[in-house]
Amino acid sequence: MKKALSLILALAMVLALAACGSKSGETETTPAPDNTPAVEADSLTFKLGGTGPLTGGAAIYGTAVKNAAELAVEEINAMSGVHFELNFQDDAHDAEKAVNAYNTLKDWGMQISLGSVTSKPAEATSAENYADRIFALTPSASSVATTAGKDNVFQMCFTDPNQGSASAQYIADKGLATKVAVIWKNDDVYSKGIYDTFMAAAPGLGLEIVSDTTFADGSDTDFSVQVADAQSKGAELVFLPMYYTPASLIFAQAKATGYAPTWFGVDGMDGILTLEGFDTALAEGVILLTPFNADSDDARTQAFVEKYQEKYGEIPNQFAADAYDCVYAYKQALEAAGCTADMSNEELNDAMIAQFTSMTFDGLTGAGMTWGTDGAVSKSPKGMIIQNGAYVGLD
Amino acid sequence: MKTMKLSKTSRKNFLTYALVILAFVILQALAAAGTLSSMLRGLLVPICAYVVMAVSLNLTVGVLGELSLGHAGFMSVGAFMGVTTAISLQNAIPSAELRLVCALLVGAVFAGIVGFLVGIPVLRLNGDYLAIVTLAFGEIIKSIFNNLYLGLDSHGFHLSLLDNKLHMEDGGRLIIGGPMGIGGIQKIANFATGFALIMVCLIIIFNLVGSRAGRAIMAIRDNRIAAESVGIPITKYKMMAFVTSAAMAGAAGALFALNFSTIVANKFDFNTSILVLVFVVLGGLGNMLGSIVAAAALTILPEALRQFADYRMLVYAIVLILVMLIRNNPTIRSFLERFRLSRKGGAA
Amino acid sequence: MSFFNSLISGISLGSIYAIIALGYTMVYGIAKMLNFAHGDVIMVGAYVCFFAASRFALPPLAGVLLAVVVCTLLGITIEKLAYAPLRAAPSLAVLITAIGVSYFLQNAALLLWTPNPKVFPNFVARRVDGVDKAGVEFFGGALRVSYVTLVTILVCLAIMAVLTIFINGSKLGKAMRAVSEDKDAARLMGINVNTTISATFAIGSGLAAIAGVLLCSAYPTLVPTTGSMPGIKAFTAAVFGGIGSIPGALLGGLMLGVIEILSKAYISTQLSDAVVFGVLIVVLLVKPTGLLGKQIREKV
Repeated sequence: MKKALSLILALAMVLALAACGSKSGETETTPAPDNTPAVEADSLTFKLGGTGPLTGGAAIYGTAVKNAAELAVEEINAMSGVHFELNFQDDAHDAEKAVNAYNTLKDWGMQISLGSVTSKPAEATSAENYADRIFALTPSASSVATTAGKDNVFQMCFTDPNQGSASAQYIADKGLATKVAVIWKNDDVYSKGIYDTFMAAAPGLGLEIVSDTTFADGSDTDFSVQVADAQSKGAELVFLPMYYTPASLIFAQAKATGYAPTWFGVDGMDGILTLEGFDTALAEGVILLTPFNADSDDARTQAFVEKYQEKYGEIPNQFAADAYDCVYAYKQALEAAGCTADMSNEELNDAMIAQFTSMTFDGLTGAGMTWGTDGAVSKSPKGMIIQNGAYVGLD
Repeated sequence: MKTMKLSKTSRKNFLTYALVILAFVILQALAAAGTLSSMLRGLLVPICAYVVMAVSLNLTVGVLGELSLGHAGFMSVGAFMGVTTAISLQNAIPSAELRLVCALLVGAVFAGIVGFLVGIPVLRLNGDYLAIVTLAFGEIIKSIFNNLYLGLDSHGFHLSLLDNKLHMEDGGRLIIGGPMGIGGIQKIANFATGFALIMVCLIIIFNLVGSRAGRAIMAIRDNRIAAESVGIPITKYKMMAFVTSAAMAGAAGALFALNFSTIVANKFDFNTSILVLVFVVLGGLGNMLGSIVAAAALTILPEALRQFADYRMLVYAIVLILVMLIRNNPTIRSFLERFRLSRKGGAA
Repeated sequence: MSFFNSLISGISLGSIYAIIALGYTMVYGIAKMLNFAHGDVIMVGAYVCFFAASRFALPPLAGVLLAVVVCTLLGITIEKLAYAPLRAAPSLAVLITAIGVSYFLQNAALLLWTPNPKVFPNFVARRVDGVDKAGVEFFGGALRVSYVTLVTILVCLAIMAVLTIFINGSKLGKAMRAVSEDKDAARLMGINVNTTISATFAIGSGLAAIAGVLLCSAYPTLVPTTGSMPGIKAFTAAVFGGIGSIPGALLGGLMLGVIEILSKAYISTQLSDAVVFGVLIVVLLVKPTGLLGKQIREKV
């Protein structure tokens, strides 16, 4: 009897799932962000799509982008001028699923795109963007391959090589160290891209790389060996081209062994101070190059951080700031070009290429940003140092 | 009695062929008419690749009876070698179709060779120990491709491990870039070739299973000691099934990789091996048609669940558990058995 | 000295693998199933302890106890809902269900606790002269052992000892051994097989909570996927030592941890996983049922 009952329940559940599956499959409704005032389908409402990891190990980056883009769309829709309808799909940080997500967005009628959040999936979807002539402005996919050879894919973040050489230059210019250790993530395009250019630039600037160690996905918890290697070879500065989650472990383990070099990070390090439960004393003295700083005095940044925190209960990181900027850059470009929503993808695409290669944009992550025809942004990273648990500008 | 049994298997085989051809014709017609959504159109080639993965793993797990947790490793070998072939032949063979076939063949051959090398130690073990060693090989293959650099210039191929020390001349092309994988792949895979690959694999598997060798393989699965005692060379037949399965996975890998503009070693990890195993178990051990249906259904399912937004993967997990519970529920099982018996008039 | 430092890191990592491997090995020995959701139970345990300490400000020990209770209940629930109905089904079907449960736990954690990493508090640092001391030093600072490492190793040894006594001495332990030997014979002798299997899951999941707390104390970032890779490594360790054997889980876990750290230190950080799995393959070729596994003679 019990068995039969549980069986019926199970069947009912599957049927219910199938039923609502087919129903909404036909109507193709957008998962409208909560609290967003319903936008009338006027001639200035554009369908904006994007993919990013909302599940899996990289979910933090996709979620930040999705949240900030929702926030920006909400603000913009409350103003006059262009409006957006946002559809952000999960790609689980996987190229295959990103292309699937892209195709779902295409079926939905995406007109302009935020590309993908992470580099490898973005490489796959930007090829689709290029083939379908749907313009893309990615907030955070920083590899060169994302934009290479595609005239309609633009980036809001720095490219990886830029960061690598800029970091080497910065360390040499400021005379921070001569003996340098590098710990990088061996199976990550972002980390590898920065590592390659850093290593290429370092010898010419008088930096000696004394220790060069790696980690990878399954072995990203224990850093005792990497830290010990840097320590025993006398590195004065450790360069960490990685995201902040592994970096927080490295700081903790270095402290346990009494090693205190200068730590030097890149934009992925931003967010370390907002880690829940993180002892910010561990990050004391960490230097990083980042275009965004949640503690800035800038009024727009403060307003953004406050709203984001109110809505999502977290302090936004640089991914969120880049995504926020992307949506506003679209607003500016669409309005300047006088685009309307009934234009075809190709027309919008050409208008956007013309706008982005000629316009100047002021956002949270930099003032006076411009884009080259290769899709790379030009803005200057700021050197920051962490003092008493807060960023302080170095220059 | 014997003829009846044979005709029943071949009937089932022909049903499988017919259904696959039917599905192909319908999908092709829908695609031609333009009624297929972009989402489904984009899924066609990956589904073909996963179907081939599923039927090839079913050969190891269902027919040979050995659990393999590293099938994605062979897919990885096929993917990397296949794409390398396609890139190197870019100038030599102008026809994309022919290049694709070459890539699939090379992928299959390399995966077959790796399958043979892996098979030597693996097939000496049994049960869960064998399973964990296949898992280990899968991880090792992933680790190697994550550290492999391969370039091509006018002097031929350059290979290095761990560091990019290729020293290529100007104009040389870096094909495999370690953790960056292969980028800028020309997407030459298409549904028709995927369909042809499924058919070829099915023909090979059905003929193998129906042959003397296939009966020997199943005898080993059912009772190894009995099989050995009647003089069946265990290792030879185990190896035959294992290498065939690996080679097919290689071809599937090449097909899969040539459908995307970029591919990385991490794609072919333990999770992918498990995903394919889920197809096989869900479809039924030794049941090729079941594998095909399960592979197609479970590839479409997560995409079809997108309207659940944040709850998508949660729903996917629940569906997976429920399907396993329902499939193995004794009440339903006996109900289905009865149904089958009454329809076939007790032929089984 | 750097060799000894690496060795100690390895033993510490290995102790954690060993405790996780215990859960795999006990469940396997009795239910003959690979419980792939075990790694995710670890993650749940760590989250419970984290929230107990950070949100409700419970003392560390109470947090650990709460985690153990929650995980034990979770283990029993999973067993009753997802595994018990499949008692008669082929073991592969249960394996796939376990994978489904693993997906479920991970994605539920993602929704409940967001993907943002949490930094696990350090329970075992000691304040000396107003400064946080994270460990003890020997030989004038050449050899450092953190308190976390010490606690991890001690807890691991204590668990092993208690568990061995329990399995060999108590009535339930005897029942477990009987069920693992022959389910049907055990039933005939009046042992409640279902209760015994549930008890095994309860103990395994309770241990998972402790493993989760130790794992996150040593490596303090906590995300919904925290448990999956240590889970696979521990599963490997269980097979390494001979699956089904409790001393085997200890030996396998320790060896795996030490090999992993030493190969990072002396061979290559890039290929350390490949080396670990390579050693595993060699060991299984020499001893096909793991280091301490029972050699089951095949009957004709």
